[in-house]
Amino acid sequence: MSQPFPFSAIVGQDEMKLALLIAAVDPTIGGVLVFGDRGTGKSTAVRALAALLPPMRVVAGCRYGCDPAADGKWCEECRAKVAAGTLKAPFKSRQAPVPVVDLPLGATEDRVVGALDLERALTQGVKAFEPGLLARAHRGFLYIDEVNLLEDHLVDLLLDVAASGENVVEREGLSVRHPARFVLVGSGNPEEGELRPQLLDRFGLSVEVKTPMDLPTRVEVVRRRDDYEHDPEAFVAKWKKDDGKLRRKIEAGRTRLASVKVPDAAILRAAELCLALGTDGLRGELTLIRAARALAALDGDAVVGDAHTRRVAPTALRHRLRRNPLDDSGSSTRVERALRELFGA
Amino acid sequence: MNAGTQAEIFPWSDAIFAAALFAVDPVGTVGVSLRALAGPARDAWLAMLRERLPPAMPVRRVPLNIADGRLLGGLDLAATLDAGRPVADRGLLVEADGGVVLLAMAERLTPSTAARLTAVLDTGEVTLQRDGIALTSPARFGMVLLDEGMAGDERPPEPLRDRAAFQLDLTRIAMRDAVAGGPTPATVAAARIRLPNVRASEALTEAFCSAALSLGIASLRAPLLALRVARAAAALAGRDNVADVDAALAARLVLGPRATQIPAPPEREADTPSDEKPPDREPPDAAAGASNGDETKVDAERPLDDVVLDAAQAAIPADLLAQLRLGTGGAAGAQQSGRAGVSRQTAARGRPVGVRRGLPRSGARLNVIETLRAAAPWQRIRRGARSDAGLPEGTSRRIEVRGDDFHVTRFKQRTGTTTIFVVDASGSSALHRLAEVKGAVELLLADCYVRRDSVALLSFRGRGAELLLPPTRSLVRAKRSLAGLPGGGGTPLAAGIDAAASLADAVRRRGQTPVVVLLTDGRANIAADGTGGRAQAETEARIAARSMRAAGFTVLLVDTSPRPQEAARQLAAEMGASYLPLPHAGSAAISGAVLSNAGPAQRRAR
Repeated sequence: MSQPFPFSAIVGQDEMKLALLIAAVDPTIGGVLVFGDRGTGKSTAVRALAALLPPMRVVAGCRYGCDPAADGKWCEECRAKVAAGTLKAPFKSRQAPVPVVDLPLGATEDRVVGALDLERALTQGVKAFEPGLLARAHRGFLYIDEVNLLEDHLVDLLLDVAASGENVVEREGLSVRHPARFVLVGSGNPEEGELRPQLLDRFGLSVEVKTPMDLPTRVEVVRRRDDYEHDPEAFVAKWKKDDGKLRRKIEAGRTRLASVKVPDAAILRAAELCLALGTDGLRGELTLIRAARALAALDGDAVVGDAHTRRVAPTALRHRLRRNPLDDSGSSTRVERALRELFGA
Repeated sequence: MNAGTQAEIFPWSDAIFAAALFAVDPVGTVGVSLRALAGPARDAWLAMLRERLPPAMPVRRVPLNIADGRLLGGLDLAATLDAGRPVADRGLLVEADGGVVLLAMAERLTPSTAARLTAVLDTGEVTLQRDGIALTSPARFGMVLLDEGMAGDERPPEPLRDRAAFQLDLTRIAMRDAVAGGPTPATVAAARIRLPNVRASEALTEAFCSAALSLGIASLRAPLLALRVARAAAALAGRDNVADVDAALAARLVLGPRATQIPAPPEREADTPSDEKPPDREPPDAAAGASNGDETKVDAERPLDDVVLDAAQAAIPADLLAQLRLGTGGAAGAQQSGRAGVSRQTAARGRPVGVRRGLPRSGARLNVIETLRAAAPWQRIRRGARSDAGLPEGTSRRIEVRGDDFHVTRFKQRTGTTTIFVVDASGSSALHRLAEVKGAVELLLADCYVRRDSVALLSFRGRGAELLLPPTRSLVRAKRSLAGLPGGGGTPLAAGIDAAASLADAVRRRGQTPVVVLLTDGRANIAADGTGGRAQAETEARIAARSMRAAGFTVLLVDTSPRPQEAARQLAAEMGASYLPLPHAGSAAISGAVLSNAGPAQRRAR
């Protein structure tokens, strides 16, 4: 669809929207997993995000979309140019939209990691590297719908790259490496099968979406969707202002992020919470603090307080609890319970 | 014509209208889930649909197990080699852009194929990232899911059914009834032109949403689809505004078949909904006919919400109503079991399910064709490299295959286990111990989770056996259906064993290893014909047990009586089953027994 459904026009689903905004403010958060009922606008929200993100600066002529400000963390090509003196600071740069790349099911490995350029190999007999989806997603978002249906060998590959921030290609006699730092966003429906635990833990934030069951909300969802389908241009125009407001909020949040203070008390709180819940490893605490900081930045607050931690805790922790498969109350309830005990009602 | 035949005709007239409405707006109404065996009724329906679609509109049939390369597109190797530059094969879905896609044997579609389709349906385009080709092409189409399922749980994947506006069942349509009719192709063509200008009132959205909610339809796609169908119905009737009759038709076709509960009965209808045919079960050709003015007037006097809800309710199948009233959940049955987990891919055994790049190591089987396909485009460049390196000319005639070209075939694993729990919920054994039995099953479920098994749940009591949960990996659902399991009544043991055997057979056919865990006291008192009588019932149970043994399934019998019973022990012997009395059957013991019985099945390569 040429005009995606506007982000701000999505009814409800506040937790999902917040998680995506947090990832937009702080891409190091480690990805967002959206799991839940069918037809709740999971894909819609992620695809809408693309239109919302403020554009970024890209080194002119770099096909990996290097950041002119990321001193030294450039791709091999840019580094070679710098070394040769053909690329000198201040770099010539251009404005580019933040990529939100869809990884379609059925994608083959060569297109994901990149491979020999078939066109040039056939027509000119030249060996050249054709970057894949991982290169395109650099500095942006990589979205996998139905992530639980993705083939295992692709999942392993993605996890590896997401963790290292670099894509290493060794095939067809090519040896290429390029930076690939992206926010992995996965969505799926638990009824189609559970996600492998290793994969679960790699996501920074996890969101559960449910179909709203109250009539006014449902009517509003259907009405907006219907309006959108009837006249996408007019609908997008109608929500442009709200989307713009959100975009400025993200921009302000990014600027503020570095200066947001995380007092010792907040770190202690996070540690206590993780201890009470028995989450594995330090990743939970780290993500919780980062998410709280990003939320504070988004809200325009200078210091991380209990309110921030509390709001992001379920999203940051629910998928890290030791799983009791038969506990119907679910991880969300367990986090809520621990929060109540720790922070008071 | 007796009343029975009369009732049979209505589904066909619904089907006629659904075909016309779908033909008006295939993309907007997304699809038709058509349950029917291949046969005259289905052929008649499809022919009728084809007639009502524009002659130039592409209609493509998608075979089951279609390869990604054909479905989504990929590299056209022959053309590529011929032209000396990459040529993309457009793929079936792109070819069907602006038309209709028929999905053969949709009840057997895998979740991954379904996910590929839903991605295309949702975005209206195919995003191709395959074989060195990156391409986005428009693909907006309507789909017909040809559902040839026989059993209740054999259905097209829920994500597809959820998106399709219409759910039709032609299995009981007689050939003589399957005559074409309804709106003519010319009417449909006129409606297609009118459709963009058709308006629906704000109140209609609300009416559909509220009706969907009271019918227990969770998906928000249902009211949205109903809205589109209502517009198509208005267009078909030559109206620019959606009238109540259009709304009623849409509710009946879209919301009715999706109902999972009966709305709380308002005071105006004291009798059961299944009996209140006359006002709403008008044949739709009368209901939707523009000429039928008095019909419109009658409806106009009632609030729109009632019109919509009544119409939808009238279309709920009677047997569903019966099921729902028992509270045994047509709703759970309506959900597709979590089949995604069922198939695991292994290196060398089972059914081939695809090909991937990789070396033929550790038992993986080399796929020669795919390997050659992968090597073909690179021949020129490789020969060039070879002659540059000054290697002998003679070798250049051969095909140059490199390590990166190797492709291996992936196989669907045959060794995943499905544990079928068969719970005796009759009064004799279970009433006082049902809670304990439930507890035992719950503990076992936890073990199944650890082993990544699928589970299924059967129960028998009263007059027969019932499938509470088709094989699934969702333990939450297993636990939910277990918790809702009622107890009491006679013990139709034979029926329970037979049901378990046929389910185990189905599981085995799907390439899984079934393990049956039967929880009973072994005391039958209801015969297969539903009559009481201990002697007859026990004989039948023994026969059933022997045929279970003959089929060679792994069975574990857990004796649920307070003290171990001889009857149960004998039954276990007849079945060739392991026997465990519940007092001793801790979760560890049972799970150990299941595990040792399943034996080699648990060893799985990845």
